[in-house]
Amino acid sequence: MRYETPSTAKEAVSLMAKEKGIAYILAGGTDLLVKMKAGMIEPDLVVDIKRVKGMNEIKKGVGGYSIGAAVPCVAILENAAFVKAWPGVADAANLIGSRQVQGRSTMTGNMCNASPAADSVPALVAAGAKVSIAGPKGNRKLAVEDVAAGVGRNNLKKGEIITSIDLPKKAAKSGDAYLRFTPRTEMDIAVVSVGVNLTIDGKGVITKARVALGAVSTTVLLVKEAANAIIGTKLDDAAKANLAAICSAACKPIDDKRGTIEFRTDVAGVLARRAAETAYARAGGK
Amino acid sequence: MGAHVNTTINGDAVEFVCAPDESLLDVLRNRIGLTGAKEGCGTGDCGACSVILDGRLVCSCLVLGAEMNGKKLETIEGMADGAKLHPLQQHFIDGAALQCGICTPGFLMAAQALLRKNPDPTEEEIRYGLAGNLCRCTGYDKIVRAVQAAAKEMRG
Ligand code: FES
Ligand code: FES
Repeated sequence: MRYETPSTAKEAVSLMAKEKGIAYILAGGTDLLVKMKAGMIEPDLVVDIKRVKGMNEIKKGVGGYSIGAAVPCVAILENAAFVKAWPGVADAANLIGSRQVQGRSTMTGNMCNASPAADSVPALVAAGAKVSIAGPKGNRKLAVEDVAAGVGRNNLKKGEIITSIDLPKKAAKSGDAYLRFTPRTEMDIAVVSVGVNLTIDGKGVITKARVALGAVSTTVLLVKEAANAIIGTKLDDAAKANLAAICSAACKPIDDKRGTIEFRTDVAGVLARRAAETAYARAGGK
Repeated sequence: MGAHVNTTINGDAVEFVCAPDESLLDVLRNRIGLTGAKEGCGTGDCGACSVILDGRLVCSCLVLGAEMNGKKLETIEGMADGAKLHPLQQHFIDGAALQCGICTPGFLMAAQALLRKNPDPTEEEIRYGLAGNLCRCTGYDKIVRAVQAAAKEMRG
């Protein structure tokens, strides 16, 4: 195995594009090194992107925040302005593994690893985040919901790497929330998870919303009908009941040791309602 | 092909050569002779291998030795001031917060990282802050109390 530490995204792309064998990007390594140790993968090349200029930074531009692909979760949590702007995304970062794991793991890696239960994905999908991708044929952007192709598979092409996660400008009177169900409070994997981001007007009526469900399908689902169920309402009981019913109906979960189909389907509705309530309160609604 | 690394461990310049896929934990234990960090799982689940890398608590089993060029690493071996134990270490002993001791270096590093950020944590904050460290002997209660006692002493 070769280990490379490029200092530019261009160099990283060309290393990944040229490699004939098995090549992996190393950001936090909290998934990669575990898979290597277990013998699940045997890379010929590992490209460490932590020394690529800019990839370790959280930038606030006119458009909004941009989180470099190598930024560990703990750096997101240490950025007080970011946590204030996107508490739901920060809550997701705070739920990924232990403090030790958060010291290394990145939201980009969490996304590329493409687990349906990845904590950062529903929150980022709800936020309307996109990823910037650098590749041998140039750069492109992809919505976060389109990064995963299936369980453990992503839509990056040979030589392509994500350089940053770009959040839209935080709208006035908007709020986001992320909730998950786990049997234990810490160090566990989501059985069901929900991200909600919504904007209200001066009267408290929801004008925009995005609702995303995790761990109930092969990839994280953006549920447009669920958002439509609360847009135009003040999140009254009827709207919440509608939201819950639509979220439950959108689930295509599996039965496994962590939860049954019936349980996941039911809890998705409950969590959606609670996440919407939190997001609504964070937006300033009463 | 080996990786040639220059790094700083507990304030000392250290140079080593390791395989590119070798973990920092293996480098510390097998090449440098710093055996304080323990391997409980090797997969980031138990925290026995905890070290502080550039100011951040990490599992050394999930770091490559090759990544260490120009980094600053703190391990349990650097915690005591010569013969004088760190208050955390002293309170772990005084409060019997260890039995077999395998988890102890990891708990001490995690507690150190926690108290640097939050010198006066609540019990809940301590339990969350140490959730990445597993102990099969103590039942955790004495560990939490030792951290509380050390925090109190360190606040003065
Ligand atoms: S040995 Fe590193 S976390 Fe268990
Ligand atoms: S003292 Fe034995 S594992 Fe903690």
